[in-house]
Amino acid sequence: MTVVEERTREKQSRLREHSELGVSLLLFVVGVLVVVDTALESGGSSSDPIGPRTIAFVLGGALLLLSVLLAVDVLRGGHGEAEAGEDVDLGTPADLRTVGKLAGVLIATAALIPLLGWPVAGTVLFWGAAATLGSKTPARDVLIAAGVSLVTWIVFDGLLGVDLPGGPLMGVFG
Amino acid sequence: MIDSLTHLMGGFGAALTPVNLLFAAIGVLLGTAVGVLPGIGPAMAVALLLPVTYAFDPTGAFIMFAGIYFGAMFGGSTTSILLNTPGESASVMAAIEGNPMARSGRGAQALATAAIGHFVGGIVGAIGIVLLAPLIASVAVNIGAPDYFAIMVLAFVAVTGVLGSSRIRGFASLAIGLTIGLVGLDPISGQARLTFGVPQLADGIDVVIVAVGLFAVGEALWVAAHLRRTHQEVIPVGRPWLSKADVKRAWKPWARGPFIGFTFGSIPAGGAEMSTFMAYVTERRLSKHPEEFGKGAIEGVAGPESAASASSAGTLSTMLTLGLPTTAIAAVMLAAFQQFGIQPGPLLFTNEPDLVWTLIASLFIGLVLLLLLNLPLAPLWAKLLRIPRPYLYAGILFFACVGAYAVSGQAVDLLVLLGIGLVGFVMRRYGLPVLPAIIGVILGPDAELQLRRSLQIADGDVTTLFSTPLAITVYTIIAALLLYPVIRTFLKPRTRADA
Repeated sequence: MTVVEERTREKQSRLREHSELGVSLLLFVVGVLVVVDTALESGGSSSDPIGPRTIAFVLGGALLLLSVLLAVDVLRGGHGEAEAGEDVDLGTPADLRTVGKLAGVLIATAALIPLLGWPVAGTVLFWGAAATLGSKTPARDVLIAAGVSLVTWIVFDGLLGVDLPGGPLMGVFG
Repeated sequence: MIDSLTHLMGGFGAALTPVNLLFAAIGVLLGTAVGVLPGIGPAMAVALLLPVTYAFDPTGAFIMFAGIYFGAMFGGSTTSILLNTPGESASVMAAIEGNPMARSGRGAQALATAAIGHFVGGIVGAIGIVLLAPLIASVAVNIGAPDYFAIMVLAFVAVTGVLGSSRIRGFASLAIGLTIGLVGLDPISGQARLTFGVPQLADGIDVVIVAVGLFAVGEALWVAAHLRRTHQEVIPVGRPWLSKADVKRAWKPWARGPFIGFTFGSIPAGGAEMSTFMAYVTERRLSKHPEEFGKGAIEGVAGPESAASASSAGTLSTMLTLGLPTTAIAAVMLAAFQQFGIQPGPLLFTNEPDLVWTLIASLFIGLVLLLLLNLPLAPLWAKLLRIPRPYLYAGILFFACVGAYAVSGQAVDLLVLLGIGLVGFVMRRYGLPVLPAIIGVILGPDAELQLRRSLQIADGDVTTLFSTPLAITVYTIIAALLLYPVIRTFLKPRTRADA
């Protein structure tokens, strides 16, 4: 390992240590949101002594308090332990690009469902996710994705009666 | 007592129809299969399989759930024993002794010990439900809104303060959950809260979407960011069986585990995690072969595994009688009950006796099926561990989306699902436990309702909250839980001096 690599790694790890302040910021923003939103609404009636706003205010306050406490904890060297798991290798830095791509696949799926129906949208979802997660066999992936998606649609929409739109392609069966 | 038995017999009568038996068998198989898959714990298994049950009547759905629940618990242990990287904390103990057993060529024995342990623990636990649940329910019928509020606050504090390493992070997670629970129209005044004028948010965010988002999508995104690129070694396994010597060593731990498990499972103090840990420690202390612990002691598999299933039963007992989920799986199951418009709680035994007793009877049936199916199928389950990871996590995302979409048939819900999944990702990244959040989402609105109801009845008099012996007892316990770390710091120097 070269010195430069060592340095960037050090920089990265310091960045990662303090990135936890982002959680604190998130709590703070949500807290402000809750307090402001509640303040803008009107109160309850006389038959309901504490009304719909009290709990919301308490919760907003708690969020703000927790964001401060968490920030103090992080700055004093505390840190939350990342969750381990069967397929989780915490030795590697977080691969946020993959996470972003998966989010993109989910958004695309949400957009495709009303247009093309579940079988097609589901195929895109499964195939896109598998490819993003490093599957190297695109042809096999498409077949599996289409199979899973179609079988799921038939089982849920046809057998179980859970309404999943078939889309124009399934019109031939409908 | 006699009454319970009559009800139970009625339950068996209802559960033993061919269709219901089929549901139970499907539940056990699905639960085990999904539970065996690496990265899928019991809570995620139940959340992902929720949409499958939408089509059924409540009875059929819950019979299936009982099978899924026990199947997923057993499946989780299989993964731990054969892979040595437990997916959830409840199977850590199974990995400690079970994996060394498997490594030394006794994988079949480890799986058999676990399977029989789950069977014994589950049966004893189910008997516990039969004996205790009606009793608890009949006592709980008389408790009022202030008591309920106190018990719910206890649940919040217990899951947040007792578990996990950092209380700040635990409470942060709880606050996130409570905030999500706040979204929508206030049930008492009809006032919109945190909806920001979006009409889809008026009904609130569906609990199923939150559960699937936090468990399934959050987990998939988290694994995606840290996917292990090297292949893990899966220990091949034959058909499980036990020798006489094994049984001789295992039967006492099997018998002891359920009592530890049921007790810790029924209180909000860590569910299966605490139960298996306590059972493990007990067995290590009582064992005649303490030197084998850590190297594959069969007692260390038998005790914790039977405790694990019994704790599931204890958890179910509390969930059914008080409507209080003490673990993530119970929380998801409570969500499922609510989905069917059924409110678990003391009145459930009087309002829906047929449903409850059929469910309890199907626990027994599910456990028998579990044992009958899983012993011969173990080698097949072991094969599931080899599934290519891109397909596994693509599949998780796929079924998460099916579940979220099935809730209301709106594609927008997938975006909500993604948003909550990202929250789940951040929580895993920064060590915020997921359980307080999900308990917050599910119990939060209910707790607020009880609080406001008590104050309505008492005309705004706050002292009503402390007006009953039960409430005072519960608040004392809460205070003790909250103050425990403070007290411990005072005690620490002394314990150090002792050592």
